[in-house]
Amino acid sequence: MKRYLILEDGSIFKGEGFGANITTTGEVVFTTGMTGYQEAVTDQSFANQILVFTNPLIGNYGVNLDDYESIEPRCKGVICHELARTSSNWRQQSSFADFLVQMNIPGIKGIDTRALTKKLRSAGTMKGRIIDSTDDLEHAFSQLNATVVNKNLVAQVSTSKPYPNPGSKRNVVVIDFGLKHSILRELAKRDCNTIVLPYNATAEDIFKLKPDGVLLTNGPGDPKSLPAAIEMIQKVEQKLPLFGICLGHQLFALANGADTFKMKFGHRGFNHPVREIASGRICFTSQNHGYAVAPDSVDNDVMNITYREINDGTVEGLRHKNYPAFSVQFHPDAAPGPHDAVDIFDDFMHMIDTRKDERNA
Amino acid sequence: MPKRTDIHKIMVIGSGPIIIGQAAEFDYSGTQACMALREEGYEVVLVNSNPATIMTDTEIADRVYIEPLTTDSVSRIIRQEYPDAILPTLGGQVGLNMAMSLSEAGILDELGIELLGTKLTAINQAEDRELFKELMNDLNEPIPPSKTVNTTQEALDFADEIGYPVIVRPAFTMGGTGGGLCDNKDQLAQIAANGLDLSPVTQCLIEKSITGYKEIEFEVMRDHKDNTMVVCSMENFDPVGIHTGDSIVFAPTQTLADREYQILRDVSLRLISALKIEGGCNVQLALDPNSFNYNVIEVNPRVSRSSALASKATGYPIAKMAAKIAVGLTLDEIKNPVTGTTFAEFEPALDYVVAKIPRWPFDKFARANRKLGTQMKATGEVMAIGRTAEEALQKAVRSLEIDEKDLFSDEAQAATDQKLEEKIMHPQDDRIFYLTEAFRRGYTIEELHELTKINAYFLDLLKHITELEVEICKNPNNLESLEKAKKYGFSDMTVAKLWNSKESKIRALRKSNKLIPVYKMVDTCAAEFESQTPYFYSTYDMENESVPSDRKSILVVGSGPIRIGQGVEFDYATVHSVKAIQKLGYEAIVMNSNPETVSTDFSVSDKLYFEPLTLEDVLNVIELEKPLGVIVQFGGQTAINLAAGLVENGVKILGTTVEDLDRAEDRELFDQVINNLGLKQPIGKTATTQEGVVKIAAEIGYPVLVRPSYVLGGRAMEIVNDEIELNDYLEHNAKAAIDHPILVDAYLEGMECEVDAICDGKDVLLPGIMEHIEHAGVHSGDSMAVYPPQSFSEDIKQQIVDATKKLAVALKCVGIMNIQFIIHDNEAYVLEVNPRASRTVPFLSKITGIEMAQVATKVILGQSLKELGFKSGLYPESKTIHVKAPVFSFSKLEDVDSYLGPEMKSTGEVMGSDHTFEKALLKAFAGAKMELPMSGNVLLTIDSNDKEAVLPVAQRFSRVGYRLFATNGTAAFLKEHGLHVMKVNKIGEDGKSDLDILKIIKDGQIQLVINTMSHDQEVTSDGFTIRQTAIEHNVPLLTSLNTADALGRAMENRTFATDVIK
Repeated sequence: MKRYLILEDGSIFKGEGFGANITTTGEVVFTTGMTGYQEAVTDQSFANQILVFTNPLIGNYGVNLDDYESIEPRCKGVICHELARTSSNWRQQSSFADFLVQMNIPGIKGIDTRALTKKLRSAGTMKGRIIDSTDDLEHAFSQLNATVVNKNLVAQVSTSKPYPNPGSKRNVVVIDFGLKHSILRELAKRDCNTIVLPYNATAEDIFKLKPDGVLLTNGPGDPKSLPAAIEMIQKVEQKLPLFGICLGHQLFALANGADTFKMKFGHRGFNHPVREIASGRICFTSQNHGYAVAPDSVDNDVMNITYREINDGTVEGLRHKNYPAFSVQFHPDAAPGPHDAVDIFDDFMHMIDTRKDERNA
Repeated sequence: MPKRTDIHKIMVIGSGPIIIGQAAEFDYSGTQACMALREEGYEVVLVNSNPATIMTDTEIADRVYIEPLTTDSVSRIIRQEYPDAILPTLGGQVGLNMAMSLSEAGILDELGIELLGTKLTAINQAEDRELFKELMNDLNEPIPPSKTVNTTQEALDFADEIGYPVIVRPAFTMGGTGGGLCDNKDQLAQIAANGLDLSPVTQCLIEKSITGYKEIEFEVMRDHKDNTMVVCSMENFDPVGIHTGDSIVFAPTQTLADREYQILRDVSLRLISALKIEGGCNVQLALDPNSFNYNVIEVNPRVSRSSALASKATGYPIAKMAAKIAVGLTLDEIKNPVTGTTFAEFEPALDYVVAKIPRWPFDKFARANRKLGTQMKATGEVMAIGRTAEEALQKAVRSLEIDEKDLFSDEAQAATDQKLEEKIMHPQDDRIFYLTEAFRRGYTIEELHELTKINAYFLDLLKHITELEVEICKNPNNLESLEKAKKYGFSDMTVAKLWNSKESKIRALRKSNKLIPVYKMVDTCAAEFESQTPYFYSTYDMENESVPSDRKSILVVGSGPIRIGQGVEFDYATVHSVKAIQKLGYEAIVMNSNPETVSTDFSVSDKLYFEPLTLEDVLNVIELEKPLGVIVQFGGQTAINLAAGLVENGVKILGTTVEDLDRAEDRELFDQVINNLGLKQPIGKTATTQEGVVKIAAEIGYPVLVRPSYVLGGRAMEIVNDEIELNDYLEHNAKAAIDHPILVDAYLEGMECEVDAICDGKDVLLPGIMEHIEHAGVHSGDSMAVYPPQSFSEDIKQQIVDATKKLAVALKCVGIMNIQFIIHDNEAYVLEVNPRASRTVPFLSKITGIEMAQVATKVILGQSLKELGFKSGLYPESKTIHVKAPVFSFSKLEDVDSYLGPEMKSTGEVMGSDHTFEKALLKAFAGAKMELPMSGNVLLTIDSNDKEAVLPVAQRFSRVGYRLFATNGTAAFLKEHGLHVMKVNKIGEDGKSDLDILKIIKDGQIQLVINTMSHDQEVTSDGFTIRQTAIEHNVPLLTSLNTADALGRAMENRTFATDVIK
């Protein structure tokens, strides 16, 4: 079926629909990863966003249950150049198109995604809408322009009730701002007894569980829309080892006096080289963020910048000077993307263990 | 970390002559490396024996040596230059092996010379199978069960233990030479014995076969701070079992989910770190299609063919970065030259699909065994880029420049189902055509997967193409179908075929409906960052990114894939033409389809279009760029063949016009020119019936040279001595017919020579005359040649110069041309004129210092020779003698007769230069791996017609201390002339001697075989068997007495005389 992608700058891209046959509106963002479309679409950080894949072909290895990053993805749409006719992989359980139908996510293919990416690169992220070719264009544009970006995305994607992910070694509380399953997988690998709490958990809720450490997850949207979480962090970091990832990193920064800003078109992909300042070591990291910590806003008496992107200098990691608390902007849990930084989870474990030893001593 | 300041002078070792498994990619990497090192301020000393390379241009390095790549010769250079360090990782296997042998010789330790890039231990760990196994065990990386063996029995025992099928991999051989897949005992016994023979350390790895696994490659980089990264991932269309150099390859990987991709990425980075490589490295992996299980197949601790492909596929200049890393720079401090804004520490993201298809030499070697396996057989490759995999694949197919212009093959169409299945099960170069045909016949993906183990995704690409064929067929002149066809890479020619129309009509229809390609940029980052790379590919999509500049531009058409007869020489000329265009202030635009070459380095030209070299694709670029004109003289026959079509479409060909090109190439028109000028040429006639051929042959008088008129480059050309041979030829090669006439020429005995001439329409410059060592009958590309001529009188030279001047002016040549002469009875006969740059251009350019392609380009662009400072006539001869020797790849190809004839067989060449002819000869032979010990045994197996001629050759070898071995007749003849000869039995002959001819070759008793027997190409003939045995056992072989005489002469010169006084 012929469908259009329209953008707030007035441009129209003609393509063919697949996936769910619904009209959708969202922020159009691009990702440069050449694999991992399933992980990307199920990443809750893409809530409210329409995802452009720069890789010209997606769907080539189908979809399988193992690689879900969330059960109910909130990504608003998928834009690609070509959808594979045949998918072939030993783990595949359904085709990507069927999966999108099931998840009620619309897709549009046959788009010059390179031209679209260049537009987003130079004009910045824009609102867009996927519509039927038969729809009234004028009406569609006015609908698009009238759409207000949802400020309360985390509430939509976070769990509403606590739930456990049992293990036997360390007790870790995970605050779900839109968590990717890969974070739970990494904790499980390290045999953590994990309890996931909703995004609006208070410091008191957390302390009641007497955890050994707290992990702040990734999630969608503007960190400044979560003032309660910032407050929670300010209390928790004084008492417990704390580790923030992505949105969790931005919240950690805000909690410690730094500022965040909206990037022009963000970092989405997994070839972002990040330098660990202490060692000079460089990792290729999986990233998905449209906001970042303003470098000048970081008070060096409170926090050290531990990682930076080597090309644009984005603040990629912070560590508190007085508390066992740190954060990274990228995804050490990868999925999709390189595993170069996965040992950061071990750093967190080490931090927890040291703290435990101190307390037991 | 800044670059090292404790070293100043660095020696770079090139890769020597082009052979199968080692082609132009190392000219590209070596050139990049030299330029990168000089950019960092180091003094660069380059050594390479191959003159047909850009890297041996004097402007590439500070000091350039074109000398044999032997330990002796390189050591001599080292003792002249005293480099602080050697960079051996950019000259392929030859470069690495040279570094190892220099180290073993002790000269590196003695002079305190450091190896940069990869340490010897790492080279050993990656190359020595046992050490590699140990390393993999230490790292806990799975490899297929394997064992190193030194005898065939050990191989058989191990195979019994692990079960068949097994793979044999000989140690330290190039392109896996001598290896193979064995399903049973008999096969293993044969292949293992051969492999052990070919391995310089008599060592083979016997390995459990993992046929059917996905074959994945990663190109990775590392610096001394242990920063590691992946440049490119690639996936083979063909599963494990076919050498990656013979596989169709896609980039990036097409069937891996992120989990699988990341597992393999991790492995690759672990390996490069473990080997502590500073630079680039290639990791080959096999992945079980049904689990996460993988195996490490191989690590190449150097820049490789795959790195050249990866560089062109991503835009990331691996060799350049590797050279910078080797001198201490780190990835996070080198700028990415593509974006100019990001750093070299960046894993490229592709937003297109790349397809590579190997180019095999089976069009030249009709009788060769075309089966593909672990031994590489391709001479070159093509690459194509598209926004869909189908588009990339179809563009790559038409880039091959073979008979098939698309996925239709007459042979496949004519095949029975049984033959079709056989062709599909036993992979050959043409399997893809049979697979496509199978889909047309209704075979399913499952069935074909069962037969081939090729991934369903890849098979579906072909199935999709056949479905599109049906759809297009059903909808003639339908624009929607046409658009779809174009998006998936169909050419106008194919659409025309399906619509029963004409290519030109499809083009017109497309253009009138604005269905034209757009050009997208290759930028390493999928458009995330702004880039300035002038590197483009075509596709059918919305936005065109290639904007023609305001400058006046010239388009240079490259020469496509490396094949026999059209090698790296043409890329050399193309690059020089580009340089000249730029020097004159024009914008130089290059089109080419070969990823191995310097010309497809986007930094060479002002703009690069990586495209198939077909009329449609070239016209598309021209219509966008609107260049002043097109230069076709430097891209070999590929470019010349495009000229007529371009002119028909109103394109201006710069230089010699198409009518004049035609006058040189069309036989009748050319005869007229020759007659009008009063020049001599061998009598030649044409016939269109069998009887006619026999009749004119008798008229001309035997021996005659016969060939079909419609093939070029000596294909199917033979010398026949009588009517019986002629009938045999006609039966085997070509049926004469009205549309397929046969040409018959008188075969004149005499010395051949050739000249390249540059003409501005008035004056004619001859940079030099090259005299062939072999008599007429051996293709000029396979002949040894010497400059300046050693046996021509001034009168003959004058005849050559006069004839050349007359021809150039009469043919209205503007630019460059090549003329071949034969000197018969002290008279110069014109054999052939090629109205374009020939393969001798780089050779003569290096010798004379005249950048011939540049001078020719300037002439083409309107400058006169006089303005350029050249006088008309023969350029003054140099004092130094230069000898060119051909290099062959026979050991890589089964069932190819190594007897040299009118059909070209060599893949590359070397140059030997010195102050005397003999020394130059010796060096040329050494460069071509014909270095013989001071004394030894030579086997003479001579055609009965050659007996008289062999005597002086035999005498020479006898004088330098070689014992002669010969079969009965020759032995008796030589004994009569007082020579000491050992008599050997002929094949199948019993008893007369203790020496069996094949056995003494196999046992290593013979150091040189001279064989001129039975060149009827029958694979069962004795002559063929002897030649094949020599090649299989790495025994130097000569099939021309002229070459043998030259070798004898050279050897005499290095030996003291042993004259008896009484």
